Amino acid sequence: MAKTITLEVARYRPEQEGEPAFENFDVPLNKDWVVLDALNYIKDKLDGSLSYRWSCRMGVCGSCGMMVNGEPKLTCATFLTAYDPGPIRVEPLRYFPIVRDLVVEITDFMSKLKAVKPWIVRDEEKPISEGEYLQTPRQLDNFKQFSMCINCLCCYAACPVVGLDQHFIGPAAIALAQRYNEDSRDQGKEERMDVLSQHDGIWGCTFNGECTRVCPKNVDPAGAIQQYKIKAVTDWYKSLLMPWGKK
Amino acid sequence: MAKRSNEPFLWSLFSSGGMIAALMLPVLILLFGLAIPLEWIEAPSRESLLALVRHPLTRLVLFGLCSLPLFHGAHRFRFTLYDGLQIKHLNELIAVVCYGGAIVGTALAGYILWTLG
Repeated sequence: MAKTITLEVARYRPEQEGEPAFENFDVPLNKDWVVLDALNYIKDKLDGSLSYRWSCRMGVCGSCGMMVNGEPKLTCATFLTAYDPGPIRVEPLRYFPIVRDLVVEITDFMSKLKAVKPWIVRDEEKPISEGEYLQTPRQLDNFKQFSMCINCLCCYAACPVVGLDQHFIGPAAIALAQRYNEDSRDQGKEERMDVLSQHDGIWGCTFNGECTRVCPKNVDPAGAIQQYKIKAVTDWYKSLLMPWGKK
Repeated sequence: MAKRSNEPFLWSLFSSGGMIAALMLPVLILLFGLAIPLEWIEAPSRESLLALVRHPLTRLVLFGLCSLPLFHGAHRFRFTLYDGLQIKHLNELIAVVCYGGAIVGTALAGYILWTLG
């Protein structure tokens, strides 16, 4: 028989058990299988009741973030062989309420994300007849890395401040705010700063850098937060020295 | 617009203090803590050091060198207590003790540098 590896999967079925518990499954240790393939194998062959989120299987949709041996990972990009001989412990993303098995409740994150207006804000749209908004490669480079964020929430599960303070707006929301702030077409900086300059915004961050370390898309949320802090500091001194100036 | 907090100010002291603590203090410690006592380099005379310290610019630099890292330490210690020990309800007391300590240290450094020589 082919080699297998054991997955310890966190189960939580509210109608059945009072709190999450682990269930073990043996799955084939194929060298081209990722943790998500193993979960799909369990659902297809061993226990059809297992619940988890996934979609694209190629690191684009951001649905399959889970804790793998205690680290937040995109399960579609985490190979089983890296954990040989196992076992591999698969749990829902840390710090989020669990809906069922490996599915977490992300409504709170969605409202935080919306609060930073992650879209291009314009005072006035120019008419289509005036053509497109042009951007140089350098202007694109300013925000491109932040635009790689896929909202997989691995950074939230990694951030100790998120664990301590549920009001902290969190790494991805700040990185995405910065993605639009740095966009030469955008005019929403001030509106975003009003939200982010609060204690629950950037000042909650203690710069331990875990968000950047775990990001599967190599976004640097900790860097975005530092950029933001510097901006907030220059704004603060400007408004102190030139109170008559534009905020 | 929403009221802005004083956190940018405290963070600016924290960040500049951290920069100084990381870049300049090791140089001074290497010079006065190791190189001179271990006679790797020739020790400057007391007179020439005193003359150096008497210069207003040196006093200013030393004042910043003493004060800003104190605020850095205060800020860091405040958040270590706040987050690490989970004593958020004592936030105001912690802030007063931490920044108060830094203010006292700053005043002391200012007094010593001012009255020196």
